[in-house]
Amino acid sequence: MARIGVFVCHCGTNIAGTVDVKYVAEEVAKEKGVLISRDYKYMCSAPGQNIIKDYIRLYKLDRVVVASCSPLLHERTFQNTVKEEGLNPYLMEMANIREQCSWVHKDRVEATQKAIELIKMAIAKVRMNEPLYPKRLSIKRQALVIGGGISGIQAALDIAMVGHPVILVERSPSIGGRMAQFDKTFPTLDCAACILTPKMVDVRSHPLIRILTYAEVESVQGYVGNFEVKIRQKARSVDMSKCTGCGECLQKCPVRVESEFDLGLGKRGAIYIPFPQAVPNVPVIDREHCRYFTQGKCKVCQRVCPGEAIDYEQEDQIITEKVGAIVVATGFDLSEPTEYSEYGGGRYKDVISGLQFERMINAAGPTEGHLKRPSDGREPKTIVFIQCVGSRDESLGRPYCSKMCCMYTAKHAILTKEHNPDAQVYVFYIDIRAAGKNYEEFVRRAIEQYGAVYLRGRVSRILEKDGKLIVRGADTLVHGQVEIEADMVVLATALVARKDAVHLAQMLGIPYDQNHFFTELHPKLAPVENVTSGIYLTGACQAPKDIPDSVASASGASVKVCALFATEELIADPITAQLNPALCSLCKVCQEICPFGAIKEEEVTKPDGQMVKQMRVIEGVCHGCGLCVSSCRPGALTLQGFTDQQIVAEINTLASSF
Amino acid sequence: MKFAYYPGCSLHSTASDYAQSITAVFNCLHIELEEIKDWTCCGASSAHVLNPFLSTLMPAKDIWQAQRMGLDILAPCAACYNRLRLAAYKLKEKEKLRRRVAQILKVDGLIKVKVRHISDVVINEYGLERISRHLVKDLKGLPVVCYYGCLSARPQKIVAFDDPVDPQYLDRLVNTLGGKSLAWPLKTECCGGSFSISKKEMVLKLTYELLSWAKDQGAEAVVVDCPLCQFNLDSRQGEIERIYGRTFSLPIFYFTQLLGLGLGLGNKELGLEKMNVSPFPLLEERNILKR
Amino acid sequence: MKIILNEEALKWAKEVSEMIEQNIAGCYQCGKCTAGCPLAFAMEIPPHEIIRLVQLGRREEALNSHTIWLCASCQTCTSRCPKNIDIAGVMDALRVLAYRQGQTRTEKEIALFHKLFLKTVERYGRINDLQLMGRYNLQTGRPFRDFWLGQKLFRKGKLRLTTPPIKSLPEFQELMKNYREGEEEG
Repeated sequence: MARIGVFVCHCGTNIAGTVDVKYVAEEVAKEKGVLISRDYKYMCSAPGQNIIKDYIRLYKLDRVVVASCSPLLHERTFQNTVKEEGLNPYLMEMANIREQCSWVHKDRVEATQKAIELIKMAIAKVRMNEPLYPKRLSIKRQALVIGGGISGIQAALDIAMVGHPVILVERSPSIGGRMAQFDKTFPTLDCAACILTPKMVDVRSHPLIRILTYAEVESVQGYVGNFEVKIRQKARSVDMSKCTGCGECLQKCPVRVESEFDLGLGKRGAIYIPFPQAVPNVPVIDREHCRYFTQGKCKVCQRVCPGEAIDYEQEDQIITEKVGAIVVATGFDLSEPTEYSEYGGGRYKDVISGLQFERMINAAGPTEGHLKRPSDGREPKTIVFIQCVGSRDESLGRPYCSKMCCMYTAKHAILTKEHNPDAQVYVFYIDIRAAGKNYEEFVRRAIEQYGAVYLRGRVSRILEKDGKLIVRGADTLVHGQVEIEADMVVLATALVARKDAVHLAQMLGIPYDQNHFFTELHPKLAPVENVTSGIYLTGACQAPKDIPDSVASASGASVKVCALFATEELIADPITAQLNPALCSLCKVCQEICPFGAIKEEEVTKPDGQMVKQMRVIEGVCHGCGLCVSSCRPGALTLQGFTDQQIVAEINTLASSF
Repeated sequence: MKFAYYPGCSLHSTASDYAQSITAVFNCLHIELEEIKDWTCCGASSAHVLNPFLSTLMPAKDIWQAQRMGLDILAPCAACYNRLRLAAYKLKEKEKLRRRVAQILKVDGLIKVKVRHISDVVINEYGLERISRHLVKDLKGLPVVCYYGCLSARPQKIVAFDDPVDPQYLDRLVNTLGGKSLAWPLKTECCGGSFSISKKEMVLKLTYELLSWAKDQGAEAVVVDCPLCQFNLDSRQGEIERIYGRTFSLPIFYFTQLLGLGLGLGNKELGLEKMNVSPFPLLEERNILKR
Repeated sequence: MKIILNEEALKWAKEVSEMIEQNIAGCYQCGKCTAGCPLAFAMEIPPHEIIRLVQLGRREEALNSHTIWLCASCQTCTSRCPKNIDIAGVMDALRVLAYRQGQTRTEKEIALFHKLFLKTVERYGRINDLQLMGRYNLQTGRPFRDFWLGQKLFRKGKLRLTTPPIKSLPEFQELMKNYREGEEEG
């Protein structure tokens, strides 16, 4: 027979202001099994908790109901309270008479009655509570970082610095990410490669970091501390142990295709490295364009390679690893500059995107740092930059601001003027977002020192005539239309999520928002964590972000990973599904319905030697949502802490009060 | 293929050459047109400028008449097409409006017929492939610019049947006919339309830009499918030349006139003599037609 | 211009929003409408500023502008607005408001033209060019406007003097008469 104690909290006037707490305490004392029932002003305070502990001791209570605020707030608190007095924490139930009662009702009589009913329901449930014991899980202290841009690089370095091994997976042939494509960075105008490459070298030379480039994550199973990941190392067709990075093959390859790194402004061979400072400095053969793979001819690279490193027979490899934490650093894509038909829709060669401009003005880029019109190669004298192309546009379903464009456009304006002081630079903007450190001063420099003309208004149309681009925009500050004949137009396109972001999110089991950016645990207070334990977000894959913020978030995520690795073992919440194989019909609805992949089929050897198939709940992954329980028709599944009997008891209690 | 024909007011007056060429071409292609009996004005710009309710009520009357005929409507005038199509859309989306209009016109609620633009019917539905089988003459690489106007392109979701900034259907027709359609960016820029009478100077400025650009592009003629645009570009061309001091001599063809030439029809049937800027010097010089 | 803002002033903005069934507050004055408007060169107040005037409740300035009468309804603005605001629709609504209040002084001739157009259609069921042009020219004090053009058109058979008879004309006229001055929403 249960020995129940009920504690009703006033919460100051939050509850007591609407609910007659004294009367409530008196009424619920009449329930079967309730030995004591009392009220107190602030149950969560130290004296309040002491009251609970004293009463547990005095009355030898074995079940406790606390009627106060939402469990989201203080369930842990009161669980710890009863634990300190030797009671299993899961023998404590809370009745929420604040958020679900006093805060949403005005009528005192009705609210009081409702509070009584809620507590009676909790009493009915707690009678059937069983002690639950959390599982202890081991932690594999190795981290996986997906994405080798500045965020991934920083995260890898930080985690390795603390002494944990890191696997850094990057899809392209080299780490470096977007920063490697940039020329200079705002607001200091540091050369991007100069500040990035030392970090890339650090990553390469760090004994605890294993870099896998030209590789992609294929599957992720398991749960925090115990992830099993399969990584597909794509076939480079080059033996990394033999390649010296001499570059002979790159020079001799006869194929010329558009370079992805140069966004179509330059060409590369079929065997290539994306940029000169690539890490690893080992080329890759693009089998779709290589003459050997498509036609069976050529093989020049193999002939000229002094180290005999070319291996056409190389195949993709699947690497399986166990990791305890995953850091997602997959970065961003840019929207297509051809999105707007009124800006040419791709018909005008001299209308390019901001990143293409960046490649052009980069001295290591396809035009060796010279500004050249893609149409005729001549130097553009008048350049028009248009901000907010694709961002802040509800008609495209993209209402957000991409955060970076105001800054990089100002940078482009400055770089253009430095390159050619006589160039005419115009920038069409709607607002200037320059909120970072020294950012506002940077934009003003572009205008005041370098003479870029900033026009407040969007551009409605770009027309082409006799090789010139006619830009028709507006300057709302002088109430009129503005027309400029330009040699080149640069569109600051929107930062968007990677095309396969959703695919990755589903693979990892993490949520994403309507713009396909990955969702953080809390937008203000937990920007690098995730609802899915063990997975952390950093960089622009979570939201448009500049380099300093990306680096900061990478270090933030690293600390979370290291904190996880610093605990001895993981305590898994015992509110998980429990399966009775005897009742299971193997219909597998539970497996399909589980959003976390926590139910698996496995082969089990029975005592008599027979092999049978059985469903098993992986407790570390199970979040206790209850979807499987409600969908199991034979009733083989039950949720610990929320059994069917408990819930029916609550319903019966409620029904009996009508 | 049979349609309820809604000519629109201008087809009987300022665009009577358009009407002629349509009759001739449709006969040749065997597309049947049955004129809506007692059709009345769609309200054009004036109704929608001053009275929103009237701008739906006036076209509604004709739409329901076509419905009684059991045929989709074919409108050769871009303005009528635009107003009829918008009215049909509003009547479909706004239940209160539909019930009110139906009550006034004493008709049954739902609209089941579609409003079609003549170019969409001829070029997209009848199809260039079928047209090319009937062609007997070639336009001998005549360089033209196709001007589509704004009314058949916007509002895009309701009326457009091609890209609203760079449509291609007239260009495809011209190329099928053996002409050479030149790319240019002002295909759907407004010509000033209904301000032709009340604010002529604005229209002259806008059409001057259109004609200049067309000429600079190398065009020797302009092809249109809207009577209002044709009027502004053709009948006012002399005035524009005088005011802005630049000669254009650009004949403004209705697309049905060029199509008719390709089908071997004569200048009388196609109303070519009614064009203000005479096409004959150009056609004769290019050996396409002898007067 | 000095603008005094208070609750009273902003009431009108809400009324216009409700009339056009759109949220005028959505406009952030990016100017794309003005940038692409083919008639903006003739407007003393560019389109984006008309929207701003409505947002600030400046009823008289908006209704007395030339802009709302010079709008050709070509919908270039509406089709490109990044906030999905029907600017051409706002112009329509303001113009109709101005017309209903008799505020047509700003562009008398444009208002007159459209009024005469509708009158002619009411009388004949379709447009009668001669009637329309004749009356318009007379009432605007320029009886010989476009005279030579008219002559040329007539000789080429592009100007009708009469309109073919329409059997159901009386019903049509009844329709026009009942609803031509109405305040119903379309």
